[in-house]
Amino acid sequence: MIREARTHVSRNEPLLFELSSPGKKGYQLPERDVPPVDAAEVLGAENTRAEIEGFPEVSEVEAIRHFTRLSTWNYAIDLGVYPLGSCTMKYNPRVNEAVARIEGLAWAHPYQPEPLVQGALEVMARLEAALAEITGMDAVTLQPAAGAHGELTGILLIRALLESRGNPRKKVLIPDSAHGTNPATAAIAGYAVENIRSNERGMVDVEALARIVDEDVAALMITNPNTLGVLEVNIRKIAQILHDKGALLYMDGANMNALAGITRPGDNGVDVMHLNLHKTFSTPHGGGGPGSGPVAVKRHLEPFLPVPRLKQQDGKWVFDYQRPLSIGRVRAFYGNFGVLVRALAYIMAHGGEGLRNATLDAVLNANYIRKKLEAHYEIAAEAPSLHECVFSDARQAKHGVRTGDIAKRLIDYGFHPYTVSFPLIVHGALMIEPTETESKRELDAFIDAMISIAREVEENPELVTKAPHNTRIGRVDEVTAARRPVVRWRPK
Amino acid sequence: MLAACGLSSIEELFAHLPPEERLTRPLALESGKSEYEIIDWFRARGAANVTGSPCFLGAGAYYHYRPVLVDAVVSRSEFLTSYTPYQAEISQGTLTAIFEFQTMMCQLTGMDVANASMYDGSTAMAEAAMMAVRITGRKRALVARTVHPEYREVLATYARNQGLEVVEFGYDAVSGALDLEDLERKLDGATAAVIVQSPNFFGVIEDIRAAAELAHGAGALLVDVFTEATALGIIAPPSAADIVAGELQSFAISPSFGGPFAGVIATREKYIRQIPGRLVGETVDTRGNRAYCLTLATREQHIRREKATSNICTNQALVALMATVFMTVYGKQGLRELAEQNLAKAHYLAGKLPLRFNGPFFNEFVATVEDPVALNEALLEKKIIGGLPLGRFYPELKNAMLLCATEMSRRPDMDAVAEAFASAAEPREVEAQ
Repeated sequence: MIREARTHVSRNEPLLFELSSPGKKGYQLPERDVPPVDAAEVLGAENTRAEIEGFPEVSEVEAIRHFTRLSTWNYAIDLGVYPLGSCTMKYNPRVNEAVARIEGLAWAHPYQPEPLVQGALEVMARLEAALAEITGMDAVTLQPAAGAHGELTGILLIRALLESRGNPRKKVLIPDSAHGTNPATAAIAGYAVENIRSNERGMVDVEALARIVDEDVAALMITNPNTLGVLEVNIRKIAQILHDKGALLYMDGANMNALAGITRPGDNGVDVMHLNLHKTFSTPHGGGGPGSGPVAVKRHLEPFLPVPRLKQQDGKWVFDYQRPLSIGRVRAFYGNFGVLVRALAYIMAHGGEGLRNATLDAVLNANYIRKKLEAHYEIAAEAPSLHECVFSDARQAKHGVRTGDIAKRLIDYGFHPYTVSFPLIVHGALMIEPTETESKRELDAFIDAMISIAREVEENPELVTKAPHNTRIGRVDEVTAARRPVVRWRPK
Repeated sequence: MLAACGLSSIEELFAHLPPEERLTRPLALESGKSEYEIIDWFRARGAANVTGSPCFLGAGAYYHYRPVLVDAVVSRSEFLTSYTPYQAEISQGTLTAIFEFQTMMCQLTGMDVANASMYDGSTAMAEAAMMAVRITGRKRALVARTVHPEYREVLATYARNQGLEVVEFGYDAVSGALDLEDLERKLDGATAAVIVQSPNFFGVIEDIRAAAELAHGAGALLVDVFTEATALGIIAPPSAADIVAGELQSFAISPSFGGPFAGVIATREKYIRQIPGRLVGETVDTRGNRAYCLTLATREQHIRREKATSNICTNQALVALMATVFMTVYGKQGLRELAEQNLAKAHYLAGKLPLRFNGPFFNEFVATVEDPVALNEALLEKKIIGGLPLGRFYPELKNAMLLCATEMSRRPDMDAVAEAFASAAEPREVEAQ
């Protein structure tokens, strides 16, 4: 029975372009205090344009109603649990938003001379130090704009180090449970990808690994805990196998929310890793970004980090561009600074003990869900869960119901679905990550919904396969969208 | 909850962690702070930066007014705290806004399709180069020296390990625009892309059509880059280009010490399957309603893995939404008027300064001054942040400074800059012995 949701009316809204009428406007510029300039005269008529055809023309009220109405068509963390596995959708503290908007930080120009941006540089330096402490690594770059960008930076660092030793090597090993960004990254960094199979416990098979690591292997990209939410208990052995052959261990830190304060990758053989500040460190996902993907490295990789590097000189922070071994820049300027501010605020609010408690609570929440749902859904791996638990739809599939259907039915119950069909090694995966910020009450409501759906699958599978029923739109036709792509509005 | 999990202590959750891997001490971080202390600390850091002063820096990050509506919209929890819109039925708000964003990007650039955003302009340019490589099957890029120097550095980083050779071509020392002859000389049958920026790093409007003609003559694609999106309100859209890669920071995105910004890639219809990043497409639902969803995912890493067009996953959705609200508030008439104001302000200031180049410019230009650093120091005494000394990026321009004036530049401050230039140009008095 659906207890936690009921439908309510939301307004329809045309596209901006359909809403427009000629001459409408929602702005007022200050009166010009300098003489006007004839654009065609100073730029050349051939360099100027007529009007921007089709561009919106709406009033201020129409503009805000338009976007506010659109917003009501979205689910959000602030509305309830958002249990997407691998995404760490935790509450985004609003103090983070407040500090990111402080004028002296939000309006600092990246090319202001260093003495005029000491505050911004101190924020970055403090965050670098905090992330190094949390990961047990020696140095951190804040430049990468997101997790995949951090991965690319990390693999380029590995490549640069190996090149400096005389041979960049040929391939990167990636477990079959890995995020899709890992193989895509390795390919962009110029490496061949060799997928390695997980063992029956969902972990890297250490003996098999020892057999395939040779002088052609540049690195292993490992996700720990892996995408089954399972801790790689042999991480030191894995590192040893790689290091013995001169290869490096890269760790995808997307799941750091399961480790912070408990164990540090840098103490256990990891050479380089990235973090997702928009996961572990609570910065908002914003419907798909901005993120931030700092990369933390051990000392031997530090000379290769992107330029510029922060350093202290006569008690002031300055940028050091004289880094001959650097891989170069991975983006303009210094990173997604506004996201860095938010992450540092989160770390300050928690402190060391707070981060550790958050990890324990995140793991407890996932285990609680696992325990409560085990009787109704097939657990994908027997090994203990950390911050997320993964089920398969094996039992429901017998009734013709797949993980994607259960996900859609969850929407009717007022919840955002879990991650569907990932990791790929689990047939019909349901990947659930509650995070530490969910209360027992919210978890129980989610669990009730999942159990209720399991019952529906047995009693009335069509109710589930046709879901959602209570949303403002039904299931969308993704096949037609891809076959005949319409990716922009055009006048009729 | 512990009891339900069959545990007697929360520490048991990690019982399977090998003891030698466990951190046996607390993290060496300060203890948790209250909201008040956090705000106070960041306010002090903000105060340690110099902001609020008139500022004539541009060079890829611009001071434009941010309409209040922008923050009102992006502070809505439903936009701020939602994930990538994979579940279309409860993400139509984000999906519809992205579809509108993609449309406006096409209208501005004269392209047929645009993606949902990239990290920033610099990575968009690097991805555009890689896209040109995929389309042409060639492995050489010619990039103009008038492209933002840091963008070129990013391209070099991306290109190095993909066998992509990057060759730079020069600019005309008088106009500050592309040296088309140098481009023609360096173009060959192996060239995948010619990469130019307009307005270029010196603020000069480039002849995109001429560059495109040369590129196409050699079977290469033309990639046009923009860093100052406001210019598109008045300059001709780069319709002759094959790929447009841009930075939208000018559209209500605060400079924020260099990020988060939002990049975009737009291109012709025929290259749609080679575009990197997320795309939103129109479709229908089971009830016949118009609806939107992420589409052509088979280009992307979560489906195609090592064969994907790019490794990008998270992009800059919320920042692209800021740009979308900005474009809506200003609209057709406003963007034009805004661009005209920028043009007028920059030409007012430039009219009082010795210009290094004579090419047509939008809101940035290069002025000559013997010692740009000293000039900036003099301006700072008047609480004005001057322009960017160019010697750092262009040794031949060590006696030059890049200045930017926008709708936020006030006439008295511009007059003060002109005065500082005038006094810097005066012959120095010989100090009495």
